[in-house]
Amino acid sequence: MSLSFAEMSARERLAAVVDAGSFHEWLPPSERVTSPHLAQLGVPAAFDDGVAVGRALLAGRAIFVAAQEGEFMGGGVGEVHGAKLVGMLQRALRDRPAAVVVLAESGGVRLHEANAGLIAVSEVMRALLDVRAAGIATVMLIGGANGCFGGMGIVARCADTVVMSDIARHAMSGPEVIESSNGAGEFDSRDRALVWRTTGGKHRWLTGDCDALVDDDPALFRAAAIAALATHRPMTLAALQQESALLQRRIELDAGSADAFELWTRLGVVEAQAVPDIDAAQVRTRRPAAVAGLANGAA
Amino acid sequence: METLAFTFDGGRALPPFAPALVGVVASGNLEVLLEPAQDASCRIVVDTSARGFGAIWEAVLRDFHARHGVAGIVVSIHDMGATPAVVSLRLDQALAAIAGSGEESGCP
Amino acid sequence: MDWQGVAAQLFGQDHAIVADGDFLAGTASFDGAPIAIVGTTNHAAVGVDLALRQARCILDVIEHHPGRPLLLLVDTQGQKLRRRDELLGIHRAMAHLGCCVDLARRRGHPVIGLVYDQALSGGFITSGLVADACYALPEAEIRVMRVPAMARVTKLPEALLESLSLTNPVFAPGVANYVAMGGVRSLWDGDLAAGLRAALADRDTSDRRASEGAQRGGRRVAADVIRRVLEA
Repeated sequence: MSLSFAEMSARERLAAVVDAGSFHEWLPPSERVTSPHLAQLGVPAAFDDGVAVGRALLAGRAIFVAAQEGEFMGGGVGEVHGAKLVGMLQRALRDRPAAVVVLAESGGVRLHEANAGLIAVSEVMRALLDVRAAGIATVMLIGGANGCFGGMGIVARCADTVVMSDIARHAMSGPEVIESSNGAGEFDSRDRALVWRTTGGKHRWLTGDCDALVDDDPALFRAAAIAALATHRPMTLAALQQESALLQRRIELDAGSADAFELWTRLGVVEAQAVPDIDAAQVRTRRPAAVAGLANGAA
Repeated sequence: METLAFTFDGGRALPPFAPALVGVVASGNLEVLLEPAQDASCRIVVDTSARGFGAIWEAVLRDFHARHGVAGIVVSIHDMGATPAVVSLRLDQALAAIAGSGEESGCP
Repeated sequence: MDWQGVAAQLFGQDHAIVADGDFLAGTASFDGAPIAIVGTTNHAAVGVDLALRQARCILDVIEHHPGRPLLLLVDTQGQKLRRRDELLGIHRAMAHLGCCVDLARRRGHPVIGLVYDQALSGGFITSGLVADACYALPEAEIRVMRVPAMARVTKLPEALLESLSLTNPVFAPGVANYVAMGGVRSLWDGDLAAGLRAALADRDTSDRRASEGAQRGGRRVAADVIRRVLEA
């Protein structure tokens, strides 16, 4: 019986992904680097402001690692949380670990910190792009129940490798936000099957929006992270032009259907209707060759 | 937000330990940070979003101290409306987490 | 001020910027040199199409006009809130736009962001906010989310958020606030051309926002936390 990555806390996941006992934390909870903005809203702070950052070993290689706690403020990025991530990324430029690995679970900007959160996410994005430009592998592990949304959803897509479990989601706006703005007819947030085939791991795998699809198992996330140590995709003009073409082709292929089953079929997925009911291992075999080829080359 | 502070005397000092964190600040939950104290007391500080439960906190924490009899310890809590049962559980888990290792441990 | 007003003040009649729906693009002449303009208007909701369109425009500039400055004009109500855009990967399209801006910067193009009307987070987090620096007109507004939606998501009372929006820098949408927090480098007030000239002259392309937020007092903690992680 294996553990559920999704049900683990951020710290438990981090401990399970890196080499046993190798995690050394910077600004640990006892240093009380907490949010200066939450008390005014009557919300308790967290000793680590919802993210643990530090260095560790992964298959014996030195990495920097961060794990976002999705249960605290929905994993939202506030001033301190964001600064811890930026500090880790800037430190990576200086110390050049083999990779930077982020266990991402976040709703994006922490709304309770509004402006400070927005600027923080933007700083994380800039810092991640610096790390990528420096040739250091960047890996996102997305497997929490809350998914990876908003500004963090975008940040995660700026990394070299995105690993998802089939129960995770990676997107920009959550279904509730879309429904409350444009109605249930636009996006019924209570239709779980619809939500997952729109933003879940299987969909992102089939369209090439994630680079590995695993079961909800920390050992599999660990294995995928180890494999990702070797993956670095330089952002060249050619790579970005290819990415533009990929996105353009996808929009044209969808041709306004906005339906996952239609899109999968047009991409070349066989028996698209069966996808929600089969497991990750089977879905992995169904990614069309054309999608696989592009996914490895694009930025 | 309400901040409560308690001090309990008596009990035996723990061997030196690295700070330990258990739990998560989420609705109905709490995080507990255990650190060695400079003196022999057992000091507990609670930041809680649920106001007016001072008497219940005192009872739960007094029971914790009576059960474990620990001294030389500072317990810092960030609470978001956890029930007494969950509070007691986290406190017990926090003590269990102190393994005397060199590194500060954070596990929920 | 509308984009035509901004363009007239910056370039006089010396520009060929065209609006196509919500999409702005074109070339202008500034201090005798060409400058590329990419952006949005009509409080655009930025979805996959508009993000991709801006991205392709930036890549064209990189490919055909090495080193040419880029001015990103921002007027947006945020990301498009449609299921179609999520299905098609709006997060990927947004990231792609951000990567194109980043490539332009790395290739030596000065990239300047200007919020000339409004900016809600998702609509400019991967354009104006990843430029070398982001500037704003004094009357512009920058918000993370509108108060009613924020109240629904956070479960905080609308009245509380409204009152915080008036008094609290973390919530107030005024751009002077963003300057104090370091998110916006400065306001272009009155002489817009002078603002653009100074922006183009500033060739330090490092991310100074945390330190500027600390110096200006609007965001005191971030820079120190970054430093502490570097030194830990």
